[in-house]
Amino acid sequence: MAGSSTTAAPGFRKLMFQRPSVAVALAVFVAVVAACFLVPALGLAEPGGMSVRNRLTPPGGEYPLGADAFGRDVLGRLMVSGQTSLGIGLGVAVLSSVVGIAIGLIAGFFRRADAALSRLIDAMMAFPDILLALSLVAIFGGTMLNVILALSIVYAPRIARIVRASTLVIRELPYVEAARALGTRTPTIMVTHVLRNILSPIMVQATFIFAYAMLAEAGLSFLGVGVDPRTPTWGIMVNEGRQYIDTAFFLILFPGIAIALSVLSLQIVGDGLRDALDPKLAKES
Amino acid sequence: MTQPLLQVRNLTKHFHTPSGTVHAVEDVSFDIQRGSITGVVGESGSGKTTLGRALLRLIEPSAGSVHFDGTDITALPSARMRDMRQRMQIIFQDPMSSLNPRLKVGDLIAEGLRAYGIGTRSQRRDRVAALLEEVGLSADHMDRYPHAFSGGQRQRIGIARALALEPEFIVADESVSALDVSIQAQVLNLLLDLRERRNLTMLFIAHDLSVVNYLCDQVAVMYLGRLMEFGPSEAIHRDPAHPYTRALNSAIPQPDPRAARNRQPLRGDIPSPLSPPSGCVFRTRCDHAIPACAETVPPACPVGPEHDSYCIRTEDLNAHHIAGHHS
Repeated sequence: MAGSSTTAAPGFRKLMFQRPSVAVALAVFVAVVAACFLVPALGLAEPGGMSVRNRLTPPGGEYPLGADAFGRDVLGRLMVSGQTSLGIGLGVAVLSSVVGIAIGLIAGFFRRADAALSRLIDAMMAFPDILLALSLVAIFGGTMLNVILALSIVYAPRIARIVRASTLVIRELPYVEAARALGTRTPTIMVTHVLRNILSPIMVQATFIFAYAMLAEAGLSFLGVGVDPRTPTWGIMVNEGRQYIDTAFFLILFPGIAIALSVLSLQIVGDGLRDALDPKLAKES
Repeated sequence: MTQPLLQVRNLTKHFHTPSGTVHAVEDVSFDIQRGSITGVVGESGSGKTTLGRALLRLIEPSAGSVHFDGTDITALPSARMRDMRQRMQIIFQDPMSSLNPRLKVGDLIAEGLRAYGIGTRSQRRDRVAALLEEVGLSADHMDRYPHAFSGGQRQRIGIARALALEPEFIVADESVSALDVSIQAQVLNLLLDLRERRNLTMLFIAHDLSVVNYLCDQVAVMYLGRLMEFGPSEAIHRDPAHPYTRALNSAIPQPDPRAARNRQPLRGDIPSPLSPPSGCVFRTRCDHAIPACAETVPPACPVGPEHDSYCIRTEDLNAHHIAGHHS
């Protein structure tokens, strides 16, 4: 237990990249992020311009990935939509971690709160993810913030469970007892002694949530309950392209590839992180 | 005689588990004088660790009281108990799991100072540096993590952490049993040295009577949560009165293989603390048990100055014991 928790061990990089796929996935993900945020910022893509004459142009030439029903450049639009899709993924990963950590620590430390919180977590995890998110967004309305909130509510219980379980173990360790004997107050113990020692599994889980959230957002947008269609996301692009699937399949293909590439690469990076940070978890799953 | 630093009266700790009530500590009373070292010995499961924790209220006693410097700490509200913690500290058995692997040594040792808001950051650093030197490490160790140290060094870090708040009373819970014998001696000498310099009062928990003989002024022998014998270390070693203490004593390895020995090995295992035997808890493994032993819990029976044996047959057994020596 004590020996395995020293992550500063020199083997981190070796463990992380022991499978070449992890390095490739990381490169792919970094490339996607760079394309979405750097290229439009440098003014290299013009997604906005409509041109009715060029509507549904197949890929090639002036439009490397074709043009959509309004004659907008699909490549440029992909990059701009990616900002929203990736932003939602990151937002959900961060927010659900923060909420999950708070709930997990409280449940792990206070027996009385635990009974109520654990039941709440169980109840929420009993709902199918997408159904819960769908109802929440339908109730609160489709803005980017609401989508992030809804998906965070859906994924926070996963983090909370991990945090609670680890807290229950660490709470009983002698260094926590030592902290108590030294007069350290409970909130400080929660952060310096417990949270600091469980960051690895949280990070691994947050990476997966990043990927799930992007996928879920695409699903919500495709179903028409995602963010406002005027701020495009990859899911909305797929939804828009659906009508032209017979004549212009590329309208669905490319955003689909963008979603698949990002989600897959993130999952593989998450696996690599897990192998490097949390060998115990890798064996269990 | 001045007032003892610690007065333990009828201290009891029961743990309620699904399989029943564990009688971890049962009706234990003794005094600890200021500046003395008291040893607590017993087999695993004898309740000695629970006793140490209950004295510091790291676990809440089920009954009984602990007076520290005249104050009943078992009755203190938690805020005042926290103030009191500055004066009483603990050194743990396992020097690895008692140090948070994510904190640097300097932060580990300064934890108590930070908790009570003592000194500024740089003053705390100076204090930590001085403490590291005092326990035989060096000031530049403070920016390293605990995994970079050996077992003996980690135990020194644990000692420095306990000393940081300048406590008067320290519980050392099997603090050397995880170490190599050669390192044990060094750490024991460090503890003796610190006691001398800082006029510490200590409760030293061990399962090894030879270590306790070396270190302690008085010894409490525990079995199944109860006190069997309590007295000066010298007397307990030379002339143990209780059958259990004799058995423990005879189990100490002798350096001379030809030395005449009167071994009285213990038979069987320690009974379950879920249902301790009635009367004297040791009677099921005692060679001298008589039917009366099952009936009453033996009261303290004085056998010398500040020396009690909790055995109803103390008088006849010791007459026999002394006679046996002379024949």
